[in-house]
Amino acid sequence: MIAKIAPIYRHRLFWPVAILILLLLSNLFFTPTFFSIQVKQGHLYGSLIDILRLGAPLILVGIGMTLVIGTGGIDLSVGSVVAIAAAIACGHIAGLPNQDSVSGVLIAIAMSLALCVVLGLWNGFLVAGLGIQPIIATLILMVAGRGIAQLITDGQITTINSSPYSLIGGGYWLGLPFSILVALVVFALSAVLVRRSALGLLLEAVGGNAEASRLTGIRSRRLVWLVYAFCAVTAGIAGLMISSNVNSADGNAAGLFIELDAILAVVIGGTALTGGRFSLAGTVIGALLIQTLTTTILTTGVPPETTMLVKALVVTAVCLLQSPSFRARISRRRAKPVVGPDIEQIQEQRKVPA
Amino acid sequence: MDDDPAVLARQPVLTMRGIHKIFPGVKALDGVDFRLFPGEVHALMGENGAGKSTLIKVLTGVYPIDGGEVRLDGAQLRVSGPGEAQDAGISTVYQEVNLCPNLSVAENIFIGREPRQFGRIKFAEMRQRAGELLRRMEIDIDPGSMLGSHSIAIQQMVAIARAINISARVLVLDEPTSSLDAGEVEQLFRVIRSLRADGVAILFVSHFLDQVFEVADRITVLRNGKLVSEHPIAEISKVQLVNLMIGHELKVLTELEQRSNLSPEEAAARPVVAAAQGLGRKGAIAPVDIVVHEGEVFGLAGLLGSGRTEVVRLFFGADHADSGTIEIGGVAGALRSPATAISRGVAFCSEDRKGEGVMAELSVRENIVMAMQAARGWARPISRRKQDELAAHYIEALDIRPANPEMPVGNLSGGNQQKVLLARWLATEPKLLILDEPTRGIDVGAKAQIQELVVRLARDGMAVFFVSAELEEVLRLSDTIGVLRDRTLVASLPNVDLTQESIMSMIASGAES
Amino acid sequence: MSTIIVPEAVEAESTRWLTPQQRYIPMLATFSLLFAMFTIGSLRYENFGQPQVLLDVLIDNSFLLVVAVGMTFVILTGGIDLSVGSVVALSTVLSASLLEKHHWNPILVMVVVLLMGVLLGAAMGVMIHYFEVQPFIATLAGMFLARGLCYVVSVDSISINNGFYTDLAQTKIPLLGGLSVNPSVLIALVVVAVGAYVLHLTRFGRTVYAVGGNQQSALLMGLPVGKVRVSVYAISGFCSALGGILYTLYTLSGYSLNGVGMELDVIAAVVIGGTVLTGGSGYIFGTVLGVMVLGLIQTLISFDGTLSSWWTKIFVGTVLFVFILLQRLISVRKI
Repeated sequence: MIAKIAPIYRHRLFWPVAILILLLLSNLFFTPTFFSIQVKQGHLYGSLIDILRLGAPLILVGIGMTLVIGTGGIDLSVGSVVAIAAAIACGHIAGLPNQDSVSGVLIAIAMSLALCVVLGLWNGFLVAGLGIQPIIATLILMVAGRGIAQLITDGQITTINSSPYSLIGGGYWLGLPFSILVALVVFALSAVLVRRSALGLLLEAVGGNAEASRLTGIRSRRLVWLVYAFCAVTAGIAGLMISSNVNSADGNAAGLFIELDAILAVVIGGTALTGGRFSLAGTVIGALLIQTLTTTILTTGVPPETTMLVKALVVTAVCLLQSPSFRARISRRRAKPVVGPDIEQIQEQRKVPA
Repeated sequence: MDDDPAVLARQPVLTMRGIHKIFPGVKALDGVDFRLFPGEVHALMGENGAGKSTLIKVLTGVYPIDGGEVRLDGAQLRVSGPGEAQDAGISTVYQEVNLCPNLSVAENIFIGREPRQFGRIKFAEMRQRAGELLRRMEIDIDPGSMLGSHSIAIQQMVAIARAINISARVLVLDEPTSSLDAGEVEQLFRVIRSLRADGVAILFVSHFLDQVFEVADRITVLRNGKLVSEHPIAEISKVQLVNLMIGHELKVLTELEQRSNLSPEEAAARPVVAAAQGLGRKGAIAPVDIVVHEGEVFGLAGLLGSGRTEVVRLFFGADHADSGTIEIGGVAGALRSPATAISRGVAFCSEDRKGEGVMAELSVRENIVMAMQAARGWARPISRRKQDELAAHYIEALDIRPANPEMPVGNLSGGNQQKVLLARWLATEPKLLILDEPTRGIDVGAKAQIQELVVRLARDGMAVFFVSAELEEVLRLSDTIGVLRDRTLVASLPNVDLTQESIMSMIASGAES
Repeated sequence: MSTIIVPEAVEAESTRWLTPQQRYIPMLATFSLLFAMFTIGSLRYENFGQPQVLLDVLIDNSFLLVVAVGMTFVILTGGIDLSVGSVVALSTVLSASLLEKHHWNPILVMVVVLLMGVLLGAAMGVMIHYFEVQPFIATLAGMFLARGLCYVVSVDSISINNGFYTDLAQTKIPLLGGLSVNPSVLIALVVVAVGAYVLHLTRFGRTVYAVGGNQQSALLMGLPVGKVRVSVYAISGFCSALGGILYTLYTLSGYSLNGVGMELDVIAAVVIGGTVLTGGSGYIFGTVLGVMVLGLIQTLISFDGTLSSWWTKIFVGTVLFVFILLQRLISVRKI
């Protein structure tokens, strides 16, 4: 029986999913109607729906971040990219004679995402072209990007009033919040892109052992450019979503700290910061966990000021659980002390038929 | 073993008895004994994977011992880290320069033990003492200069200066001369001799035969983690030593069918797969001329450090050549990268399995298809069905165990990892297959399988470039043998009437053939 | 007792390290930039070319300088500390709360705040070295923790009316020629001096450089790598807390949203000052110059009056890029 449970127990996603379920259930304890989903005017409503809707931007950024981390890199600039994307889109729409014109909105979105690709390629250039460490390279855009966003909005919060645009973040389609659909589609496309093509395999190879992947003939530079551009695009979409939700673009506040939450989501989801094997599904779970945390705190009446504190505890717990030396110390306390090695025993344990 | 009463009368300062050290999948040390007397230079020798570095790391506390005991001056020694080993009086200089290049020479020598006054380091005194030490070692550098601004050779000398400064009872030198030229080696030996006269016990690991015979008093030979023998230097000749290190294999392999080699005429008649003229790289390998034909096995023999890996890396584009030309499959042109070489039909199975070959986290199947997939690019994936077929095929053909294509390669034993890497390259159906030490650190059964595989591949028309430290292997499999010594190709001969002894002579003494 | 995993040898990076003469180049570049900025400012704007302007930069950024000294220690070992801004905030909130709501003795308050910084830093250091958590993540957790504690203590701003603090805040220390500084500047300069002394003249400081230069080598040389790594984070925590105290004096209030994004400015200052993010190379004096550059950019923009404040970020980002490029070019050319 233990043998059957063991494999599930050791699955990478076990703890994140377990904690997620725990959190959701604890919500149920305080709010018996937590899991209920109602249909009003053909739209689904409910706390669970809210979690998905509010967590969608983080999921998007997390997906892009996962691929970057998979190659052994990191992208600190996503928050600034979110702000810039929002600023460009809202800025363009604000200047339209008719803010409800669909074509105008589509142009705004296209411009915004196009610029995001450029920003991503800039990061890729610094990392793959100039060989600068990713943490430093993306720091530059992180710092300058906020200034650029504010430059675009001229220091104001650009407000708009456009029903096609507000669909992205706040609207509904086919009964579900549009943002959830977007997140779902991006996740599905990314999963297909990564697992149906050889991209996922090659990225994991690059992140896992860069020198071996070079000697295997993998052209890692092109892949690195690609993932940074992709990461910027997902951040851009998240920016559109966020600004659509509040019908405005705030160069200062949009996407603040989202890079930290995204990195957290990736780590919780089981992808190592050093690169190699990555899990998009894990990141989604991680993002949902973070969002659920925030929601749980609100619904259970715990003061919202403690959100950060709880996040800190969750991060610490996850990191310690993933740390081999921590696990070793815990298990050592349980195992009986071994005095002097027994060669035959060790050989038995480590025997691998060859 | 020793009948010299003067020797017997002395007590060893260091005794290691029955040392066992096991890593997942490989037994690095198997019941090794070693002893070191004060006032002697004791050379520890053996090929890659013999266990020399492991023995030293066990002694200095970098790895914990799995079995056996170590005694220093009769008392049992248990150290859990390099700092403790140092405090106990064992001072080590590693093969890789383990110093801090961003600090000054004097600081590197003294750090951790600087002369201080009220917590403040006395730099002037430190520099002065460092200067004296360096002068004694005949190293003419400014102690205040930054370590990183000097050549590796000088850095190595500074590392030795640090070790000496610690006034140890035991000085361990792990391949200290790899980056030194002849003059620097002489300097080092003068220092070693003076330390010996002071009663320091010196453990000297090296693969340079001449140097060992010049400075050592006794020799211990390890092979495949086991102790082979211990001799006073006077009682052994160079050829005998080479024999002990890389000589006769166990019976199993000698029973393998002797392969009928291609005669030189036959080989020359076949199309040329790879031709290099004057191909060289400064500091790595002097220009070589090598031609490999279809269906020919070209074996490279030589000791560790003679440039074997460097030669084959040039054929793969893993390193850039400074001089000469290379033509693969009729296509001439420099190999700018491994990807280029692969597109011309070259495959390279590296000797550094862990660092340059295996992607430990990924599964057997993924590792096997990796090179093929890389050549196709990310947009054209190999179908899962085909991947499973490939994996199943090679698992069976090469007898990879455990026969689970989804197992992470890092969990396999060394031998099976090697087979996975082989499968990876075979899947690309190359024209030229380069195998660098494919049977190192592998159990005998797997060794035999891999050797048989090489024979089969050559018979089917593949050109094979085969590097090995095991002369038996090279002799059995090769049609043509290239002998390397000190980074120069000293001979390139058809495998006709060649014996282990003749090759060993070439290795031991140089260009005479 | 644990196995020290020594990864396979990497050839000594003799080509990566610059001679002292070459290492001064980034600092020289920073200094030239500073000089150029000051000159341009003096030419363009009235009242800019006064020494007091420079002193004002110091006065306005003394807290940043203190925090940056701590960060320099961490970055020299090859690590990073993302928690500094939040610890500064926590210091302000804690100080304000203890002074105004619990009426503690001001000296005691300062001691408690400093202790808090040291303990938090040490905890992160332990997580990083002994539990092998990456510095980025561990200090991220620290940042969340500190910021969270801020919110728990008080969400709103608390003004400080304590006599000791207000007197200290308003003290002016006159210098020659009608110039003046305040006690914060003196404290900052003392911290800089102590930091430089420790880094260059003590065994601990040299070990910090050793760990950053090649941690594996430092281990094999028998140096106390664990103690050093934990200590630098404790030092950074201390400096963040001290910087927080100075910030409290500056604003005479405690506010949980203080220091948001400060860690970026600190890291930028350290990098612009010539310290390499991979560790092992850098000077405290460089950090001082880096802080001055940041402060002067701010001053130039406010003197200009026409440029909006967000240009600061763009300029800082650009300067950062130029310096990173410079570092990269110098190290590449050596190879």
